Amino acid sequence: MKEFIRIASGQGYWGDRFDAPIDQVKEGPVDYVVMDYLAEVTMSIMQKQKSRDPNLGYAKDFIPLMKTLLPLLVEKNVKLITNAGGVNPVACMLAVRQVAEDLGLSGLKIAAVYGDDILGQIDSMIASGHPMNNMETGEPLTKIRKNLSSANVYFGARPVVEALEQGAQIIVTGRVTDTGISLAPMIHEFGWKWDDWDKLAAGVVGGHINECGAQASGGNFFQGWKDVPNMERIGFPIVEAYPDGTLIVTKHESLGGLVNERSIKEQLVYELGDPTDYITPDVVADFTSIKLKQIAENRVKVYDIKGFPDTEFYKVSISHFDGYTCIGQLTYSWPEALEKAQKAGDIIRKRIEYLGLEFDAIHTEYLGYNACHGTTSPPVVEPNEIVFLAGVRGHNRKMMQTFANEIVPLVLTGPPSVTGFGGGRPRVRDVIAYWPALLKKEAVSPKVLTMEVI
Amino acid sequence: MKIQLVKIAHARSGDKGDTANAGIIALKPEYYPILKEQLTVERVKEHFKGMVLGEVERFEMPNIGAINFLLHNALGGGGTLTLKHDAQGKTYSTAFLRMEIEVDDNLQID
Repeated sequence: MKEFIRIASGQGYWGDRFDAPIDQVKEGPVDYVVMDYLAEVTMSIMQKQKSRDPNLGYAKDFIPLMKTLLPLLVEKNVKLITNAGGVNPVACMLAVRQVAEDLGLSGLKIAAVYGDDILGQIDSMIASGHPMNNMETGEPLTKIRKNLSSANVYFGARPVVEALEQGAQIIVTGRVTDTGISLAPMIHEFGWKWDDWDKLAAGVVGGHINECGAQASGGNFFQGWKDVPNMERIGFPIVEAYPDGTLIVTKHESLGGLVNERSIKEQLVYELGDPTDYITPDVVADFTSIKLKQIAENRVKVYDIKGFPDTEFYKVSISHFDGYTCIGQLTYSWPEALEKAQKAGDIIRKRIEYLGLEFDAIHTEYLGYNACHGTTSPPVVEPNEIVFLAGVRGHNRKMMQTFANEIVPLVLTGPPSVTGFGGGRPRVRDVIAYWPALLKKEAVSPKVLTMEVI
Repeated sequence: MKIQLVKIAHARSGDKGDTANAGIIALKPEYYPILKEQLTVERVKEHFKGMVLGEVERFEMPNIGAINFLLHNALGGGGTLTLKHDAQGKTYSTAFLRMEIEVDDNLQID
């Protein structure tokens, strides 16, 4: 057994800095690179792409990245685990295989983890006693059945471990949890059992630290952001995992960023609910058990983590079409910039009323005054400029378009010294809403397909 | 004396649907008891009046000297439904740090 393994975060979300995973492999020793691509809304976009072309439905820009990254991974014997497979992991794997073949990387083993996409089985699942009611509102799924655009089960580390056992070096998955892709290598390398709750929980904490990329290593860092070195080449976090479940969070020395107790604490609380009940498909982790200790510069030990048995459910991420939004903006300048912008807000609301437009929500905000801090914002005295933001949400497409057409006319009919309308009429956008639900684990099983490049 | 929370704490916030979470972290271990005493559910609700429309849940994390808050019904519908510029509540952390708290006059602040 290895003394420890290094699991490097290569991406915090789809659209993150493109060269981070390349740097993680180039700039020092790592054993695994993990890359998170998926968010709720991503799944429905990918589902739409797949419906137009059955060979699509995954993170398309992952493939050009592979052209650069694959030779490095092979040269340095580094494994890559990513949920870039979206709603079509097998197609994604085949595209990666094509790249590998073109590069002459014969012998490379590639795996796809799938079976999470249940969009085609929703009716049979409901019929066989899996209602998937909204876990926040309790409403039945039948309410939105005809508007469904994606439905995916969140798998944990299990199928990824299976792919690793089959010898895969590159693993592309569908909706595997962000934490599962970091936990899986630890289980595989150290032979952890599926009821080693404390160790599994440690792996989940390591995954939570990795899952947002540089947010654990000096990016979006509140306490001391001015002192973060070399942010233009910030080092993403690397979790050194030990067989007993101890972690050391670090980063490559040659890159920027920093790792200290404060940077780790900020990431630990990110998107956190009840800290004693951090539920994943494999284990429930207790974030109030985590201990931190800075043991050297840019090295923080994370240890003593406690975990509890997993629940009998998978979480399901379902998305559905739910009307439209439209947000327009104009910029007002000194003097009395805020008063002018607020007058514009007043006029827009009166126009909506006069034209008889009906919306589910109307919202106005003033960037430069209260768009971030809302009602906690103190008064501003004579700002140089204010951006007026007006948005509506509704289900009547025609009324939405009428609203969209009402913003630009304010330039010549409303308060003076206004600009920032270069984009013309704001766009009416579809709303893809999110429906969180639970599904008994026995209702679905993950699948693994491994191939060798010839 | 009254000080702003930002003098003794740092923070990060994020979203879960229409709920924002904000983790408030003591800058020194000796500030954690102040957070526990001052950051009550009632005070936090009052601070976010008109902005957080639902319940406030509070979870103590003595291991890292932090308190995690869930601010329900706070993001204008959340996710893709919201019309708010800060759709994910990313800056609710700093809105929180504006909060005025009462501390001992002799408290040492760097």
